Amino acid sequence: MDFSFTEEQTLLRNMVQSFVQDNYDFDSRMKIVRSEEGMSREIWGQFAELGLLAAPFSEEMGGLDGGPIETMVIMEELGRGLVVEPYLPTIVLCGGILSRHASDAQKETHLPGIIGGEDVWALAYAEPQSRFNPADVLTSAKADGDGYVLNGTKAVVAAAPWANKLIVSARISGDQRDSDGLGLFIVEKSASGIATQDYPTVDGNRASEVTLENVAVGADALIGAAGNGLALLEEALDFGIGAVCAEAIGHMKCLNDATVEYCKTRKQFGVPIGSFQVLQHRMVDMFMEYEQSVSMTYMVNMKLTESEAERKKAAAGAKVQIGKSGRFVGQEAVQLHGGMGMTEELNVGHYFKRLTVIDTQFGNVDHHLKRFAAA
Amino acid sequence: MDIDFAPEDQAFRDEVRSFIEENYPKHLAGVDRGELSKEDFLAWHKILAKKGWAAPSWPEEFGGTGWTVTQKYIWNEESATFGTIPPLPFGIAMLGPVIYSFGNQEQKDWVLPGILSGDTWWCQGYSEPGAGSDLAGLKTKAELDGDEYVVNGHKIWTTLAQHADWMFCLVRTSSDGKPQEGISFLLIDMNTPGIEVKPIITIDGGHEVNEVFLTDVRVPAKNLVGEQDKGWTIAKFLLGNERSGIAGVARSKKAIDRLRDIARAELEDGAPLLDSADFARKISELEIDLTALEYTELRTLASESKGRGPGPESSILKIKGTEIQQRITELTMEAVGNYASPWVPQLDRGDNYRSIGPDYAEGVSQGYFNNRKTSIYGGSNEIQRNIIAKMVLGL
Repeated sequence: MDFSFTEEQTLLRNMVQSFVQDNYDFDSRMKIVRSEEGMSREIWGQFAELGLLAAPFSEEMGGLDGGPIETMVIMEELGRGLVVEPYLPTIVLCGGILSRHASDAQKETHLPGIIGGEDVWALAYAEPQSRFNPADVLTSAKADGDGYVLNGTKAVVAAAPWANKLIVSARISGDQRDSDGLGLFIVEKSASGIATQDYPTVDGNRASEVTLENVAVGADALIGAAGNGLALLEEALDFGIGAVCAEAIGHMKCLNDATVEYCKTRKQFGVPIGSFQVLQHRMVDMFMEYEQSVSMTYMVNMKLTESEAERKKAAAGAKVQIGKSGRFVGQEAVQLHGGMGMTEELNVGHYFKRLTVIDTQFGNVDHHLKRFAAA
Repeated sequence: MDIDFAPEDQAFRDEVRSFIEENYPKHLAGVDRGELSKEDFLAWHKILAKKGWAAPSWPEEFGGTGWTVTQKYIWNEESATFGTIPPLPFGIAMLGPVIYSFGNQEQKDWVLPGILSGDTWWCQGYSEPGAGSDLAGLKTKAELDGDEYVVNGHKIWTTLAQHADWMFCLVRTSSDGKPQEGISFLLIDMNTPGIEVKPIITIDGGHEVNEVFLTDVRVPAKNLVGEQDKGWTIAKFLLGNERSGIAGVARSKKAIDRLRDIARAELEDGAPLLDSADFARKISELEIDLTALEYTELRTLASESKGRGPGPESSILKIKGTEIQQRITELTMEAVGNYASPWVPQLDRGDNYRSIGPDYAEGVSQGYFNNRKTSIYGGSNEIQRNIIAKMVLGL
């Protein structure tokens, strides 16, 4: 048993940490969020230069051969900076699916653009009626000659406004919520028949409603075997959970540090408010929630590559922990900052909002409690 | 013990209900307080003023309705059930009682009619950057110069000051003795030179609160309410009144109804979310807590009607009321699932704007974020617990 990081992992952490510190302070972040596009292509290019976009891919594909622990280290540091650039959808979700399940030809076509920073990808899996069940898919994929024709609507697709490529889940066969019969398809966002409604989200990101009307794709668009899409998708979402857990502990750490600092300096009744025991205990609770979340984040990222059953249970458990802890830490950080915590001007509220979205992302506490119980 | 309303109370309920239904502005039906124009904020107030119902809590001689405690309760309940935008609290609930309790005749004649009619918009100049929970730590200074005070300082969290004509303001007129001594209660015309109002945008994207900077603002000495240096008594009196209406039981009931409607429409694996045992349980827990609060409030009202004023027990109403409101907004956000995250600010919506996802998801997250303020304002819930510990439990 060993919970220490390798020298390479520590170097990676230091590199991302200093990049974020130097290039992504809160003011720069808000400028990016409020810009027309809502992300910085320049930052994304720098991620490519630093090799961050290559981290999880195999060396033969031009990657750095990193695993979930490397992704965890990167995501935690990106979380501290509240980075909005689409590392999660492009690298962790879509990149992960491609690297694990795409054919050699598909990898050769698509991975260089990801690693080089030219392409942004989004995973279009949720639908207006699906809530948190990835098997609930009405979007259809009808075989047509060698290829398929896609029809349907995808909901709240994170990073889709920035993306030029999508991975879309669609039903090749079976009924609306069958676990068999799904396919994952690579689709150019510029393909004929795709329309998007783009919008900002409460956490400073961007998302789209994506409609597909008779979108024709070739046989080479399908990832893996026809009908096996749900297994690939669930696995990708669990990797996504491992990543957002890491992002969330980055947020919680920053919130706890900021709150302790604030309570040491903010004076009321002639003394720092941190001298009040009721607030001290509150901050101790926040600290314990953070530590428990770190533990579950390490646990899930060590188990992502274990058996499917272990992975599912670990991901569900970690997501419950992060959901509850993130909510508690976020709410209390705002409360202890008083009116200041309510302002758009202070970073506290922005960590709180991102943690709120993470609570829902890939399924909320109730969803994963059920999943944990069933696993 | 008897929990039923008397027949005459039922008749009163019918009367006020039909008045609301017949007279409430059509264009404001179902509209949230969110981003309203000044006219919309005041529309219902002005209708009530004509009817003589703008200030049910005031004594009749100053323009109150003369309703019993039960009637006032029914009025609040019917207003909340319909979802009216109630008259703003700054004049009716806060300043009015201060003026008729502490003001001189001239001030009563001058201030009260403008509050009743809605013609004068008041804001509350209490908090300062260094004086939040510790209100007595305020530093805004007022120095007498002839027959005028010269005011210098910085107020913060001033709700809706952007629309205000006047501000009632706590100022420091003396630094001798305890911080509570040397505070005075001053009425300041917002059009006086030297006042600057700067918006504060909150995490829900809204502009409700402001900073108010006062630089050499000259205020006639006759605008002092009560005695100089004795304003702390008035300040506390006002805060006690602020707390008593804060439970918001009827509005929370309505919010739970809305939550249930959403959970009925929202599907989980093809079935209404409301059918989920987990979710139904959470709504039930909320309803039970709200029922307890409702009866706690009724008990408080019953003792008030016997002549006892709202005591430190009203802190219970503030703590439990706001905790319940926060849980409702939290659960409502949870109900809408993935559609909690889209966020298109009002200003960025073009003519062709289509709402994203189901209509009921609109604004739900903003409601959750905005509601975090309720456990902070009006004396934070930590301060309320201190009040109970000290004043009720004698600790």
